[in-house]
Amino acid sequence: MPAPTSDDQLWEAITDPTRRKLLDLLVTHGRATATMLTVDMPVSRQAISKHLVVLQRAGLIEGHKEGREVLYRLREQRLAEAAEALAEVAQRWDRRLDAIKRLAEEAHQAQVR
Amino acid sequence: MTTYTIERDIEIEAPVEVVWRTITEPNQVRRWLCDSVAVEAQPGASGTLTFDRDDEEALVVNLTVVAVEPHHRYSFRWCYPSGVSATPANSVLVTFTLTSAGEERTKLRVEETSLEAVDWPDHEKDSYVESHQDGWQTRGEILRELFATEQT
Repeated sequence: MPAPTSDDQLWEAITDPTRRKLLDLLVTHGRATATMLTVDMPVSRQAISKHLVVLQRAGLIEGHKEGREVLYRLREQRLAEAAEALAEVAQRWDRRLDAIKRLAEEAHQAQVR
Repeated sequence: MTTYTIERDIEIEAPVEVVWRTITEPNQVRRWLCDSVAVEAQPGASGTLTFDRDDEEALVVNLTVVAVEPHHRYSFRWCYPSGVSATPANSVLVTFTLTSAGEERTKLRVEETSLEAVDWPDHEKDSYVESHQDGWQTRGEILRELFATEQT
């Protein structure tokens, strides 16, 4: 199964707790400026801006200039793509464990008989 | 640097020694993990796993065995670049733990642990991406959990 091409960026974007929280907030607020997001976060606005850049680079959010501020929102499509990739891969270890179970039980039955 | 661990458990109706053989013997491993296995389950041993692919060249994944405690624990590092040794920073650690749950029953746990944001020189990144393709599942696990959390 080929990994999405920007896998690493997506991963980098989403493994950081602060960025996950930002995604959460954008889910809640719909659209928000960096200033609005800073209100709910225990970090500086400058730090928030850096995290927003990472999220934007990963394609998870997009920003539109509105007056002097930039309004950010989630890119549903990108989240859906990630979720789709996950649905396929998440069960891989479970499938392997299922196969181990089947093989071991067959081997055991063959011994017992 | 952030670390993550995924855990999966399964109960198997077979004694630990049978399960042990299934997860460690190369000719068993290729029946549940990949298409060919060129590594022995000995501490420090390194080799490769090969995953055949329909339309492309087979995927070769590096593997180094870490711990072998017969009938109890088996661990290895995989998905690191060719030409270097496996380290915590450049590989994914997989640990199988077997627990006897009766004469003919075994509880098997697999844990996969990795460090994120591996910082490598560019020339190594290509081989990383290649060898780490199978590691996407782990990222997938994490992402799925993240999304599940967000929905609640």
